[in-house]
Amino acid sequence: MTQTSKSQRPQNLWARLRDSRTSVSLLLLAIAAATPLAAPALGQSFYVDVIARIMIWAIAATSLNLILGYGGMVSFGHAVYLGIGAYAMGIMATEGITNGFIQWPLALLLCGFFALIFGAISLRTKGVYFIMITLAFGQMLFFLGISVERYGSDDGLLIFTRSEFDLGFAELDLSNGTTLYYVIWASLIGCIYLSHRIVNSRFGMVLRGAMSNETRMQAIGVPTYRYRLAAFVIAGMMAGLAGLLSANFERFISPDMMNWPRSGELIVMIVLGGMGTLFGPVLGSVAFLMLSELLSTWTEKWHLIFGPFLILVVLFARGGLAGMLERLNPRSDP
Amino acid sequence: MTEPLLAIRALSKSFGGIAAADNIELDILPGEIHAVIGPNGAGKTTLINLLSGLLPADAGTVHFNGVNITKSSAPARCRRGLARSFQITSIFRDVSALDNVALAIQAAAGHSFRLWRPARTDPALRDPAFALLEQVGLANRANIRAGNLAHGEQRQLEIAMVLATGPKLLLLDEPMAGMGTEESERLITFLAGLKAKYTMLLIEHDMDAVFALADRITVLVYGRVIATGTPSEIRANTDVRRAYLGEDEAVA
Ligand SMILES: Nc1ncnc2c1ncn2[C@@H]1O[C@H](COP(=O)(O)OP(=O)(O)OP(=O)(O)O)[C@@H](O)[C@H]1O
Ligand SMILES: [Mg+2]
Repeated sequence: MTQTSKSQRPQNLWARLRDSRTSVSLLLLAIAAATPLAAPALGQSFYVDVIARIMIWAIAATSLNLILGYGGMVSFGHAVYLGIGAYAMGIMATEGITNGFIQWPLALLLCGFFALIFGAISLRTKGVYFIMITLAFGQMLFFLGISVERYGSDDGLLIFTRSEFDLGFAELDLSNGTTLYYVIWASLIGCIYLSHRIVNSRFGMVLRGAMSNETRMQAIGVPTYRYRLAAFVIAGMMAGLAGLLSANFERFISPDMMNWPRSGELIVMIVLGGMGTLFGPVLGSVAFLMLSELLSTWTEKWHLIFGPFLILVVLFARGGLAGMLERLNPRSDP
Repeated sequence: MTEPLLAIRALSKSFGGIAAADNIELDILPGEIHAVIGPNGAGKTTLINLLSGLLPADAGTVHFNGVNITKSSAPARCRRGLARSFQITSIFRDVSALDNVALAIQAAAGHSFRLWRPARTDPALRDPAFALLEQVGLANRANIRAGNLAHGEQRQLEIAMVLATGPKLLLLDEPMAGMGTEESERLITFLAGLKAKYTMLLIEHDMDAVFALADRITVLVYGRVIATGTPSEIRANTDVRRAYLGEDEAVA
């Protein structure tokens, strides 16, 4: 007889590394950490920027995974929070506020505020209505971005100064590309770790339970709406962080960041990588951006190849790339 | 006379033209097992849906412990102590049996805005959940994915989840549905053992179970209460015999 354990024991590091999803993802993050040192030496500095972009998208995908993968909320307007984060920074920079200690908290609060309003309304609906209403909110701000002349309208907005984090005795200098790169890297690690804590907490159990069986959740006494809304706000703010990083990295923002195809791409990344898995969004954004980069060098009509590829992944690799890696794991229990 | 734990007055609900609950008047007294019987489609599940707050009533009131809960949400009713099971098994299929019960324990333990500490290693949730699984006889199945449990085991899990919410009144919708005779008998014994601690509204098709357990029985036909009484009164009631128990039911 096997002994039944009341609580799942925390796995030790070795057990975690034997999970190929975790080890591959950690390897990718390690490669990302080494790139600024190795790439210039190899004469491939170009890859530093590529990886920085991928990491920013991975943060955004991680944030969407929190509500989509663990909460079943198919937000088709998630890129809007990237846009809000980026525009909050861009607008402040244009108006002469370059202090990051003001920019960043304000931008994140603004994202949280919008997510609260949009979420409070859209979470009253379900299924396809939820998809449509989140899409509508996203497009609303997209068109707002297009129409405001002062902030570049559809031409976008150049940001001349990156956020300044100056404490007097110490300074985090984002104008230094390498520093910014590691800020992005650390943000990604931080967001993954935060997700890990959240989805395994009591809050996370409620979120997952509400996705799996809403009626039962109500019947055991949990008012699910408020938990979904809180998750929606957290995810919005996390996407806002990706927006802030993007604005600092590109020093350029445009309404296109929050147009619906960006939201669609975020969903594709998650599906490709593995919904509701911790590292799925990372795997997905790496695969999506690499593939689209690669395919687009071959042909302009790369979507024609990518589309069927995605269909194959959805049909045959259930659980996406993370699911495929999981099947590589040695079976621990008979 | 004792105050009823649950007082149902003129409760009505119709779907299109069908009256699934038609002016229902019913008192559930503290400590009793009150069975509700009736033919298929009589409105038994609808009654439980109305009482648990999953369906809004068209008219009528429900008082629980003297408090008007007619307008309360399903979660709010559960937190007051009104817990239900489902005729069609409703569990969290993707996680273990223990996870299922632990979630119900967590729900009863206050709000879940705790975003940092892992829930699956929290003894405050796992220990009482495991104790409940032991109680319903699922201790050795605790770590099995709930969706992979046998049908009878899933029915037991339903009961464990109901008990985990810390209820005063159990609303059990055909807890023995689909169980084998042996399993049913064990569940009857188990429910009889709960009698000292809980009040129960029991919906059941199995007449052996009903007559073994119930203190009082209400008969529902086409959404209407046609009789309420002790088991012997119900057996003797001619309306009931004609409308429901019929010829093929050997009720001597
Ligand atoms: N959500 C619904 N929408 C429309 N009609 C419904 C709904 N729920 C129940 N009904 C109808 O209401 C009537 C009562 O159904 P209910 O499920 O309450 O009966 P029941 O007594 O539980 O039956 P059974 O013994 O088969 O479980 C039936 O005619 C049913 O078709
Ligand atoms: Mg029924």
